[in-house]
Amino acid sequence: MNVLEVRGLNVTYAPDVRAVRGVGFDVAPGEVLGIVGESGSGKSAVALATLGLLPPGARVRGSVRLRGRELLGRPDAELSRVRGRDLAMVFQDPLSALTPVHTVGDQIAETIRVHAGATRAAARARAAELLELVGIPDAPRRARAYPHEFSGGMRQRVMIAMAIANDPVAIVADEPTTSLDVTIQAQVLDVLRTAKEATGAAIVLITHDLGVVAGFADRVMVMYAGRAVESGPVDEVYRRPRMPYTIGLLQSLPRIDGTARGARRIEGAPPDATEPAAGCPFAPRCPVSVPDCADAEPEPALTGPSGHLVACVNTVATADPARVFPAPDRLPVPARPPREERRVVLEVNELVRHHPLYRGTLIKRRVGTVHAVDGIGFDVREGESLGLVGESGCGKTSALMEILRLARPQGGRVSVFGKDTSDLSKGRRKALRRDIQVVFQDPFTSLDPRMRVADILAEPLVTHGVPPERTRERVEKLLELVGLDPAHACRYPHGLSGGQRQRVGIARALALEPRLLLLDEPVAALDVSVQAGVIDLLEELRARLGLAYLFVAHDLAVVRRIADRVAVMYHGRIVEIGSAPEVYGSPAHPYTRALLDAVPLPDPGRERHRRRVPLQGDPPDPASPPRGCRFRPRCPRYASFPDDASRSPCDAQDPVSRPLSGAVRRDQSVACHYPLLPGEGVR
Amino acid sequence: MTTPAAAARTQSQGDASPAPAADGTGRPLSRARAGARRVLASRRAAAGLALLGLLALLAVAGPFVSPWRWDDTDLTAFRAPPSSEHWFGTTQSGRDVFALSVRGLRRSLAIGLCVAVLSTGLAAAVGTVAGFAGGWTGRCLMWGVDVLLVLPSFLVVAVLSPLLGGRWPLLVPLLAAFLWMVTARVVRAMTVSLREREYVLAARFLGVGAPRVIVRHILPHLASLLVVDASLNVSVAIVTESGLSYFGFGVRPPDVSLGTIIADGRGTATTHPWLFGFAAALLVLVVLAVNLLGDGLRDVLDPTSSGPAPRTGGRVRRRARPGNARAHEYGTGPA
Repeated sequence: MNVLEVRGLNVTYAPDVRAVRGVGFDVAPGEVLGIVGESGSGKSAVALATLGLLPPGARVRGSVRLRGRELLGRPDAELSRVRGRDLAMVFQDPLSALTPVHTVGDQIAETIRVHAGATRAAARARAAELLELVGIPDAPRRARAYPHEFSGGMRQRVMIAMAIANDPVAIVADEPTTSLDVTIQAQVLDVLRTAKEATGAAIVLITHDLGVVAGFADRVMVMYAGRAVESGPVDEVYRRPRMPYTIGLLQSLPRIDGTARGARRIEGAPPDATEPAAGCPFAPRCPVSVPDCADAEPEPALTGPSGHLVACVNTVATADPARVFPAPDRLPVPARPPREERRVVLEVNELVRHHPLYRGTLIKRRVGTVHAVDGIGFDVREGESLGLVGESGCGKTSALMEILRLARPQGGRVSVFGKDTSDLSKGRRKALRRDIQVVFQDPFTSLDPRMRVADILAEPLVTHGVPPERTRERVEKLLELVGLDPAHACRYPHGLSGGQRQRVGIARALALEPRLLLLDEPVAALDVSVQAGVIDLLEELRARLGLAYLFVAHDLAVVRRIADRVAVMYHGRIVEIGSAPEVYGSPAHPYTRALLDAVPLPDPGRERHRRRVPLQGDPPDPASPPRGCRFRPRCPRYASFPDDASRSPCDAQDPVSRPLSGAVRRDQSVACHYPLLPGEGVR
Repeated sequence: MTTPAAAARTQSQGDASPAPAADGTGRPLSRARAGARRVLASRRAAAGLALLGLLALLAVAGPFVSPWRWDDTDLTAFRAPPSSEHWFGTTQSGRDVFALSVRGLRRSLAIGLCVAVLSTGLAAAVGTVAGFAGGWTGRCLMWGVDVLLVLPSFLVVAVLSPLLGGRWPLLVPLLAAFLWMVTARVVRAMTVSLREREYVLAARFLGVGAPRVIVRHILPHLASLLVVDASLNVSVAIVTESGLSYFGFGVRPPDVSLGTIIADGRGTATTHPWLFGFAAALLVLVVLAVNLLGDGLRDVLDPTSSGPAPRTGGRVRRRARPGNARAHEYGTGPA
């Protein structure tokens, strides 16, 4: 018996945006259905329609039944009695989903009292119990804390506690881990798992992350342009995808297990939701489309065992997923002399960036220091790409900005192309800027919305004195270089898609023919199918132009794809640095290993049987570093030591980075008193 | 999503084909021309502009159509009501009220517009420099602003105005000097947040100098604020000048402004309304026109509705867009 049955769901936003078109699914008790799709695929509209939370202008048709009772068309007051009791929800942003002026305990107790009519004291006690269940330490005391006193991950735990407060039969979770770090994401997914076991509820998990679905869901539904294009059991869909879109998504995903070199990519962009669908919406991007595709939109049809539904005309061609997308022709990696013989383009030594913390409005007094960057050192050589990874707040972007200032740092030394930045004259600094350029994370904020693409690209050229008659020609060349049409020069940024904007951002950075690019999360704001294209572009540019990259990212899979070398940052320090295959293959620092463990693999079989030690606790407060090793409070290895004697180095001394030796670790340094041995860190 | 501009916008999001020309001539409009079109497309801005144009025309052409000069006195008509000879009537000394009003309108418009441009310009310059430079430069500039803010401006102007000796252009900087401070503070605050935007950072990391960054990347984003501020300042300046003149501190006799006319006519407003009413009506019209224009310009310059240009007329307005369509804008490039 299914608890939640959705049939023929249609959502239309005023006046003619058809967000969801004829989607249906069932969820059984204790079952997890993952709904995946890119932005604009209609997955969030499905969630909101199920919950009856669509904005007033939206029209809904179809049927949503919870335990056989129709929810659509019921008045809001009646729905409010169902929501929070039988049907619970977990939203993406736990900060805005919790009321800031009430304690979390009171907010959970309120849900219980409203729906179950319990007494105040009983509800409070139950709230504390629930907080304990979702893994909040010292629950009775923390129940009296306000939402802002919790970290993002802890707030999401509170949301889950609230969702399961009344033993719901179904929970709808809309991107519950999207705004969280991988380590925290792993914790929250564990909590969600506990919640499912405690209540036996059916869960609808909506996400864009194929890895999360692989490890957590039983069945998966892939959405594209408002339609469910493929659905079925997770193992079946991941192993034998039949819809070209699913195949493309799975094959274009960067993976931490290193199977990246053969990655494929989907060309083009999703269709516009305002235009009426004629034929299969994916046909324009599909490598195996046939004339029949344009005739009518294919209905989901049974193509495999255990209810594997696929909406595709040409399922014959997709029988072998490996042959659907052509292998992209990559430029061969140019032969380069070994690393030691190449020029150092960027050298950073003991770089320090501290921000003072002030309190008081009239008379400001210093109350502390944020140790954003606290003595990091690395070098980047010609043609090389170094990835800087770590959780949010570890100081990776601060380090990048400090390098880009090209000024005397608070401490340490930065030298670019052999020139020390601390004693540069104004003119020399400007000249040096030609060689070092930056690409920002968000293509929606990094381009001036009031300038046309041509003006944006011309700005660096004009600034550095390129004559106007050459500027035009160069702008066209740049657009071509990043795979855009010369006609794009006349557009404004808002007329471009996310991927196109990021290409403009890259073109601007390349305008002056720099030799070193600093990239701050260049693909984090892009959808998976678009991400692959931009990553390919970056790879190609590096090979063709001989660029060196310093690449900041939180996504370890993306770094694995682009970086030759990786530096892992924690709390303002680099804890491990080395060549990417070595660091990913045999991590030596417990933190590196924990990070790698936390990244979900888009492979249900392997994901379920992974032995992992989820990292406990939250990212540290950068204003108060602990004594001794900074990772000590969260370190699983430190926690496993039986006696104080072996813990004493960690307690007393901040470990310094030292190179490892061995057959597989030729280029790897780690700052740990007890580095993991090769093989010990392998999953 | 029904305005043509919005339709053009959505159409151009997904596909990689060349931009559909906004005006059908094969080339999108330049920024200035697009802006001009949008102003005309906004009904309020167009109405304000038209009204202001008419008033300016009246101020310039008025003396040529009236048989009387503003300093003529008609000894045959004292306090005569409006008639075919004296369209707006005459004053107690026999001066023609129409000629006087036109003369006063000219003064008031000139003072209002000059003061507005000067004070808003000053606010923009000081605010952006203080915000962008920060540190001691910014702090000192803001101290200056604070000092000016606490001075009783009306009294200072009243005390200083006798020194001007009736030269009204000198009144302009004096009035402007006390109008710009609040705006400068707002501009500074906005600049501080704009300074951290990624496209501003990108420009700085490209080596673009501070003055150029301010002009190219910061001021355009403050344009809507500055235009609204300038339009408000026009009315404030005219009203302040009228107020000063009313108390005898602004434009000195024999020269007139709308303020002095209203001041002179105030005693007899009930018995001889033409001495007071026409000038007052002109003042109201000027302020109305300027406010309409400012309001319309604010709509046009609102960055959230900045499309290239609407292809046809019709008011450009911001529409609440469904979350899904917004999401659709993200991450949808040719990969």
